[in-house]
Amino acid sequence: MFEVFGVPSQALFGQLLLGLINGSFYALLSLGLAVIFGMLNIINFTHGAQYMMGAFAAFLLLRHTGIGYWPSLVIVPIVIGAVGVGIERVFLKRIQKLDHLYGLILTFGLALIIEGLFRNYYGSSGQPYGVPESLQGGRNLGFMFLPNYRAWVIAFSFLVCLATWYAIERTRLGSYLRAATENPALVRAFGINVPRMVTLTYGFGVGLAGLAGVMAAPIYNVSPQMGSDIIIVVFAVVVIGGMGSIMGAIVTGFTLGIVEGLTKVFFPEASNTVIFMIMIIVLLIRPAGLFGRMA
Amino acid sequence: MATLAAATPVRRETEWSVAVAGAALVILVIAAPFVLYPVFVMKALCFALFACAFNLLLGYVGLLSFGHALYFGWAGYLAAYSAKVWGLPPEFAVGFGTTAAAAAGLIAGVVAIRRQGIYFAMITLALAQMMYLVALRVPMTGGEDGIQAVPRGKLFGAFDLSNEMTMYAFVAAVVLAAFFLIYRIINSPFGEVLKAIRENEQRAVSLGYKTDDYKLVAFVLSATLAGLAGSLKALVFQLASLTDVHWTMSGEVVLMTLVGGLGTIFGPLVGAFLIDGMENYLSSFGQWVLVIQGAVFVICVLAFRRGIIGELAARLRVRL
Amino acid sequence: MRVATSLALVAAALFGTAAQAQVNVKIGVMNDMSGLYADISGPGALTAAKLAVDDFNPAAHGMKVEIVGADHQNKPDVGSNIARQWFDVDKVDVIVDVPTSSVALAVSDVTREKNKVFLVSGAAASDLTGPKCSPNTIHWTYDTWMLAHGTGTALVKTGGDTWYFLTADYAFGHALERDTAAVVTAAGGKVLGTVKHPLNTQDFSSFLLQAQSSKAKVIGLANAGGDTINAIKQGAEFGITAGGQQFAGLLVFVTDVNSLGLKTAQGLVLTETWYWDMNDANRAWTKRWQAERQGKFPSMVHAGVYSAVLHYLKAVAATKSAADGKAVVNQMKALPTEDSLFGKGSIRPDGRKIHPAYLFQVKKPEESKYPGDVYTVRATILAEEAFRPIKDGNCPMVTN
Repeated sequence: MFEVFGVPSQALFGQLLLGLINGSFYALLSLGLAVIFGMLNIINFTHGAQYMMGAFAAFLLLRHTGIGYWPSLVIVPIVIGAVGVGIERVFLKRIQKLDHLYGLILTFGLALIIEGLFRNYYGSSGQPYGVPESLQGGRNLGFMFLPNYRAWVIAFSFLVCLATWYAIERTRLGSYLRAATENPALVRAFGINVPRMVTLTYGFGVGLAGLAGVMAAPIYNVSPQMGSDIIIVVFAVVVIGGMGSIMGAIVTGFTLGIVEGLTKVFFPEASNTVIFMIMIIVLLIRPAGLFGRMA
Repeated sequence: MATLAAATPVRRETEWSVAVAGAALVILVIAAPFVLYPVFVMKALCFALFACAFNLLLGYVGLLSFGHALYFGWAGYLAAYSAKVWGLPPEFAVGFGTTAAAAAGLIAGVVAIRRQGIYFAMITLALAQMMYLVALRVPMTGGEDGIQAVPRGKLFGAFDLSNEMTMYAFVAAVVLAAFFLIYRIINSPFGEVLKAIRENEQRAVSLGYKTDDYKLVAFVLSATLAGLAGSLKALVFQLASLTDVHWTMSGEVVLMTLVGGLGTIFGPLVGAFLIDGMENYLSSFGQWVLVIQGAVFVICVLAFRRGIIGELAARLRVRL
Repeated sequence: MRVATSLALVAAALFGTAAQAQVNVKIGVMNDMSGLYADISGPGALTAAKLAVDDFNPAAHGMKVEIVGADHQNKPDVGSNIARQWFDVDKVDVIVDVPTSSVALAVSDVTREKNKVFLVSGAAASDLTGPKCSPNTIHWTYDTWMLAHGTGTALVKTGGDTWYFLTADYAFGHALERDTAAVVTAAGGKVLGTVKHPLNTQDFSSFLLQAQSSKAKVIGLANAGGDTINAIKQGAEFGITAGGQQFAGLLVFVTDVNSLGLKTAQGLVLTETWYWDMNDANRAWTKRWQAERQGKFPSMVHAGVYSAVLHYLKAVAATKSAADGKAVVNQMKALPTEDSLFGKGSIRPDGRKIHPAYLFQVKKPEESKYPGDVYTVRATILAEEAFRPIKDGNCPMVTN
């Protein structure tokens, strides 16, 4: 047992682990954003609202059909992804040729609409959603009590992140996608249906947001504001990691979670500003982000 | 690269449209408090100035700042604080707030200007969010309560601003003057360079202009005028609160400018009055405000990019 | 003779008209209709006000009462804007409810300026009857001092004598912590430590870890709304209550308990001044209220609106006019209060309404027999003890 700056090592390790858990949420969410921006050059401000919809979908499935957590993990991302496909088809296709900033404003407007509708219907207080039976309880690791659910969150997020990275960077489909971003006309000439790929990619990114929502439902308050509370932080993560880089989003997400966790120990009042400060510094020194490539 | 604001015809001969619209504006502003509730008009005027300041940056330079609430809100705080705690008379309180906004604009501008497009927007958002979090915690701002019961004082020691009509005259005069200033900025050689930067920055650089300096000056001007609007508003409502520094306020000014018409002179003014009026009317059905705002954003981007005044100007083929 | 008759007729007409002169009253219910406090306050407060008007029966008193509502979105500038417009343009005589203390303070200032009446039910700040007291404002239902005192003393008395605070890092959170810490220490307890978290924190795990390692018997939640819910929800995850520690909600409402669900919230101790299931009168009123608000249950804030509006109307009937706010408020302070929800009570010179408070504990899921059955009454705090003594308040109206 030793002390670091007056904090016992036990507490420190505990906080680091907790930071890692938060980091996995950041990584999962920023992964979706990075996929969408990297592949489609769309700044998806609606991401927070889609995350919220994922959590609500899990809640509604449980409330109205009795479908629990495990099936929701599969059903909800598909449903939310389908909603994403709808959004892309109806709204985003039309503004493809315009300046990026219009996309930002449009998705911002969509986020307001979605949050407003949910608020009207469900109120702001939040809905109950419990930790699934099989993951309840926890184990005493000696330096802290780790709830099983949190351990699951780290493991599963890590897996999803790795799988996504692999799919995009190492498979053929992924390479078509990356090529289509750089030169859509040429890729189309090869007979590949680029618009459909774009739509599906957006749907996939949104589905990731929905997945993060399901995973958040048991531990965070399921309320219409949960998306806007987290979206700005996730944007900061993506910008730091590099807006087009998948690996960047993953690594930065986990790292920033740990940094935030450490700040909570040594300087808790600053724990929500530290990410922005890092973002400003990174943007000044390396504007494309730590792993990014400037378009 | 697609430009942000729809290009409007720039023909010197059609300045008459601007003169006519300007005259109509002055008449309306003078008549308004006798027809509408003066406090509502004052509020709309402050927001109109805020939107015009924002439009200077977005519509004429092509820089989308998602954190303009920083200058609006903090100028309000400082003006309110100096009036209430230091007892400064209103002209000095407003001046103090505005100067502070200029300083903040300079610091933020130096940091943000170095990047373009989306990165610029993200930096401004991050800065504004940080200053919001600071406002939440620093005792001077009163946190959640804000600074309340701000005295309006006596203008130049003579005019008692607690009289609504006197206050209105003050606010209207300042806003109209600032508005005229913006018009002169846009229609000067400086303004032409800004528009050139918006259309094609590379070309402007190759013509020998130090675009970064121009952008910085525009940014500081925009921040200063936004600060002026915020300081005035703090005195009108005798209150400075967190709402004014929150990022949703930054979003609102984008909304007003978009609805009114990016890159037009009168657009943001119209947009501000419209959005303000709409919120006023909807306050009894508060639940739908968020949804309607979002819907307006979506519709504007999809089908109505030129905004109200922009459409009008295009149809009439004049400059507004 | 004919002159006398005409004079008599004229006199009768004059006096007759005077006797029939209607007193028009317009009540403005301003609160959060769509955000965080929509359930505890919101449209339900309008319903409560309507019930009060119905029970008062304006026609029998020669009065006509109208009710309007507005959403202040928890923003002080929106609230003060609406208040100004209501008083200047819409001829509103009294504003009722207003949750969110920052808005209430702003509205209180405007009300004083325009000499109308402000009856606070939703807001918590004890400053409203302290340094910021006003001759035009009456603070109904509850305030932070009462909450801190009630929960703090009761818990220390039942063995919770070591405390650790989870405080929202802004003025309100600090005030809650300060007030409760004072109460705990005065009652013989000890504050082992405190950690300040940013407002609207999503993840409390690291703060909860610190609370856990302090081994304090009670973890005081000096925060509100989403922060409280997140803290409790995640506390359940980390086995806080299973490990023998207890949560004390310093600003928790029945609607928060419903959001959490009984499984997570069970055992939570809190103070409120009214609960729908406490007696038959409350239950009967709740049934009437639910006719308009199906599926929901009224909160103490709704009950406070009912009680305040009823008493206000009685005072206006006595003063025969709603125009002079100070006069009506003085009349309200002169008349003792009585209604079916709060029983007999009174209003102090500093504007504080006095009634008993109750310590509640959230039931276990298996103890809840029907929807809405969430609380057990643990203790009753007498009206005289529940609120801050008037001499400690620093209200300028009283010290002069």
